[in-house]
Amino acid sequence: MPMSSYQLPPVWTKLRRHEVFPTFSHDERARYNFLSNLNRFVSTVMAPGNRIAFENRVRPSFQEKHGRDFQDRHELQDYMSKDPVYQAWGALRRSTMEMRQQNGRAAVLRQAAELAGKVCEQLSKGPQNLELKEGFTVPPYLRHVDNHLMPGSYHTEYFQGDVANAANYDSGLFVTSGGMLGSLTDGGGQAIAKWVKETYPDFHPKRILDIGCGLGHNALPIAQAFPAAQVTAIDAGAPMLRYGAARAKALGVHNVTFIQADAASMPEFEDAGFDWVQTTMFLHETGGKAIHRIMQEIRRVLTPGGITLHIEQPQYTPEMSLYEQFMRDWDAYYNAEPYWGHMHDLQPQDLMEEAGVPREEFMQIGVKAVNDLDPKKEDGKVAEDYGRSPIWNVFGGWKR
Amino acid sequence: MDKTQELSGSHAGGPLDHSPIDASSVNDILMAGDKSKGGRPYFLESAETERIMNVAMAVATEVAVLRERLDTLERLLESKGLIDRAAIEAYEPDEASAQERQLWHARYAARILRIFQQELDAIARPENNTPMHRIADEINEM
Repeated sequence: MPMSSYQLPPVWTKLRRHEVFPTFSHDERARYNFLSNLNRFVSTVMAPGNRIAFENRVRPSFQEKHGRDFQDRHELQDYMSKDPVYQAWGALRRSTMEMRQQNGRAAVLRQAAELAGKVCEQLSKGPQNLELKEGFTVPPYLRHVDNHLMPGSYHTEYFQGDVANAANYDSGLFVTSGGMLGSLTDGGGQAIAKWVKETYPDFHPKRILDIGCGLGHNALPIAQAFPAAQVTAIDAGAPMLRYGAARAKALGVHNVTFIQADAASMPEFEDAGFDWVQTTMFLHETGGKAIHRIMQEIRRVLTPGGITLHIEQPQYTPEMSLYEQFMRDWDAYYNAEPYWGHMHDLQPQDLMEEAGVPREEFMQIGVKAVNDLDPKKEDGKVAEDYGRSPIWNVFGGWKR
Repeated sequence: MDKTQELSGSHAGGPLDHSPIDASSVNDILMAGDKSKGGRPYFLESAETERIMNVAMAVATEVAVLRERLDTLERLLESKGLIDRAAIEAYEPDEASAQERQLWHARYAARILRIFQQELDAIARPENNTPMHRIADEINEM
């Protein structure tokens, strides 16, 4: 085989296809293979060009004109957005996201009825692991935007029993992430489960709550790592929960229950009912008021002596360069995750204090996705792609 | 970025509303291209250029898809002993076949670049470029 030192993204067929996974035709798979490569080129060749343009011309010309450096990331954004390198990168990055959505939707929508049928059949096997609520109100922050440019977001059902948007998410995240989250796109959940087990070998949680579980990508590895625990996975999106519950059964994970609930108000759960409350890449998709109500609810349902952990992108701190903040802000505005910027301006210590974690119990660590597809495994170097890199900030602590 | 604007119309009941009524009425072709909420940002100085870039990238995707399908075909045929991929690689057409193929390339290139050819024609022969509304007036007198 001809060799190249260029790092290839894994082919899409490396994704583990479970029983409720959508069927992809030859050309649909080829489309995703091409898009993975397009993403790889945009993130490894074009994205670094922004720093060159910034250091070599945008910043010097600003300094010359104003006699000072940039004050904040917004000012930097104003000037970078006029640079042709940034413009080309932004236009292509946006274009690849839109193509990924259109191609994924084309594949799942043509089989939407069959997918709903497969999920329904899977759900009928074994004990009930799904609770959807009649007349459930989707939180306004979710209805207001289509996160990641997914038309209809997590909650839209195109017909009774529909799971199309969940199937699109399950099959397409591999393309956006360049396969860096592993064959089940669960590298985040695997990483946190591994970290908790290794760091706290005497911690044996019985009741775990995963908030904003989506289709359970990250709840399942936690449930598998703690088989004696009962995991409650909540989300607002019915298609995600329905598909997630069927997927859990298809993958043979039986200690997770998927429940439709609003994290800002969870009367269905008793006080101090959980030993561990987890969120994974969820808080930045909430809202500026809701996040505080969510913290209050976590404080209420978490038992004293229990732990709460939150996988997020890094917070914007004074130590983080304005350039990095600006690059990270791209996803907030142009990949439709608008709370991202504001959320990352908050102090996680403050949030955790609201959730019942005293400052002396606060912890913050970095974790990297556990990726079974990476030939170099966890030691491998990954390209910095800001909001897309499989390296996260985890904050949280023990409730006292 | 102030170039933000909405290109698509209302999605509620208008001509772009293709929400299904039930599982059997999913308009997968149009729904695949649904626009997400929020104004679309334009990064290039000209929204028209960015549009063209988006069309070009979609076409580029389809070229890659064709290439992968052709590769599948070659490999399957070879595995059944029907073709030899090394022979394809080493293939050199005879004189007549080579000419036919060059002719195809020439026609193809001319089709793709038609607009440039016609723009040059417009400069070269200004007399042939009367605006059509004037021609309409003139022809009304003929």
